[in-house]
Amino acid sequence: MEKELWKGNEAIAEAAIRAGCDCFFGYPITPQSEVPEYMSAHLPKAGGVFVQSESEVAAINMVYGAAGAGMRAMTSSSSPGISLKQEGISYIAGAELPCVIVNCMRGGPGLGTIQPGQGDYYQATRGGGNGDYRTLVLSPSNVQEAVDYVQEAFDIADQYRNPVMVVMDGLIGQMMEPIEWHEVPKRDLAPKDWATTGRKDRDHNNIINSLYMDPEECDRHNDHLAEKYAAMEKNEVRWSETDCDDAEVVITAYGTPARIALTAIETLRSEGLKVGLFRPITLWPFPEEALRKLAKSDHVKAFVDVEMSSTGQMIDDVRLAVEGRKPVHYLGHAGGVMPTVEEMVEAAKKALKEVK
Amino acid sequence: MAIVYEKSKGLTDVELHYCPGCNHGIIHKLVAESLVELGLLDDAIGVCPVGCSVFAYKYFNCDMQEAAHGRAPAVATGIKRTHPHQAVFTYQGDGDLASIGAAEIVHAAMRGEKFTTIFVNNAIYGMTGGQMAPTTLIGQKATTCQTGRTKEQAGMPIRMAEMLSTLDGCVYAERVCVTDIANINKAKKAIKKAFQKQMNGEGFTFIEVLSTCPTNWGMTPLKAVDWLKDNMIPYYPLGVIKEVAPENAEVK
Repeated sequence: MEKELWKGNEAIAEAAIRAGCDCFFGYPITPQSEVPEYMSAHLPKAGGVFVQSESEVAAINMVYGAAGAGMRAMTSSSSPGISLKQEGISYIAGAELPCVIVNCMRGGPGLGTIQPGQGDYYQATRGGGNGDYRTLVLSPSNVQEAVDYVQEAFDIADQYRNPVMVVMDGLIGQMMEPIEWHEVPKRDLAPKDWATTGRKDRDHNNIINSLYMDPEECDRHNDHLAEKYAAMEKNEVRWSETDCDDAEVVITAYGTPARIALTAIETLRSEGLKVGLFRPITLWPFPEEALRKLAKSDHVKAFVDVEMSSTGQMIDDVRLAVEGRKPVHYLGHAGGVMPTVEEMVEAAKKALKEVK
Repeated sequence: MAIVYEKSKGLTDVELHYCPGCNHGIIHKLVAESLVELGLLDDAIGVCPVGCSVFAYKYFNCDMQEAAHGRAPAVATGIKRTHPHQAVFTYQGDGDLASIGAAEIVHAAMRGEKFTTIFVNNAIYGMTGGQMAPTTLIGQKATTCQTGRTKEQAGMPIRMAEMLSTLDGCVYAERVCVTDIANINKAKKAIKKAFQKQMNGEGFTFIEVLSTCPTNWGMTPLKAVDWLKDNMIPYYPLGVIKEVAPENAEVK
């Protein structure tokens, strides 16, 4: 297939339309505004619905309504806007509605910076809203993956009746890259016989709700959700490993830093240093077992976690997987300042020196 | 034997949880009867709020969605835009609609969303135990203004029907009450008209229903009816606040 040059944000909007997105509700915020812009121009032509909402709060609740009425619904935003959506995401998870949410991350906290960041890892993987819930979180590291994952996200969301987030640093949204349009794998999906489409010939009313006044009923509902999350942990974990088979130092990174790490590894390998990359693709469920396997192997001596976050957030999951077997070092900057190849090379060398 | 009165088929058999003397039961009935009489029940999708009518999804005999506090107009927008030929309504109280959900209702009206909002204004937060609402009257006592609301501390009460009427997308706004048979009949007529206008695609339709809250007002049901007539109606006048003739209505 021929390659086409696409800007990340526009590409994911087009990808969503190709995946059968029925409706998009969004609000402008840098660096994701090209998504609603593209949707406003192209989704109605494809027979879909576009509404520019009055706020991110309203947008996610429009998604709730449309998803509850059986539609393939989507919204996108960037970090501060995703914070505003957390109430709605919690309700969507509680009411078991499928939808796709894109976070084109910028630096924080607060207004932070409009430059790329990865400070929303906790928010995405721990559930930023109230209650016990999880969203499945896919993290592309280039525009091609962003396109592929967005298309797949709709089927995953429908299969589990759960929100799926595609989380990417702003660089991927703003960057232009050549991509190919792939046929993404289609899943066997059950009909949405639970949706509020009007009772018509049904013998019962469909109700979309997350309220359980009886605490035991609420407990059972949460048990049911937990079973669903366990199924996702079993079936949906994704990651990639580069040069990890003999690596003495493993860099852990996702998104753009993972891409930069590939160059760092090349540099280190050319100097005879055995360094590999472990890249989680699903941030939740985190590829814990795969990373633990590396931590248990004799050849791996240390880990270096790299994130666009000043304190590190994914590093918690890395440590939980490593379970203290090997040292875990950290290299990171807050939004807008990219970790460089040179910094990664230096950090890997330092980590290696400490254990030799 | 002839049936002279029966419960609307637009309501389920679930027992209502409302306090004695509360008007929600009557208002539910009027909405349900309107949907049945217009032949819309099987197609209807309702959205209920957070507040006293949070369980309305159990009572209306049609598909329902339970929204987060104040967000019903956004939820209804998502439903109606993707199901443009079906009857969609929100049923909201004054804390839900006029306070936390003020942005959502204003912008739904601004966009001229073609759904109907039933706004139940009882000038107080009921479910949470009688706190001050944006609609609480000056001098009215509530648990967060225990000596009575003052203009200096909390501003003047908000008149939602008048406020929304300033927006072109709002084609019909009427304020009614259900204190007696004559007013109940007027309220029913208004609700029915709102649904008809919705189904004609005219625009956003808004019915504000003044309602009693004997429990949190600290009155008997009968005294509460008198209090509503004597205090609420002078500040919240009944009648059509806005009605745009269909030919002038904006058609998208």
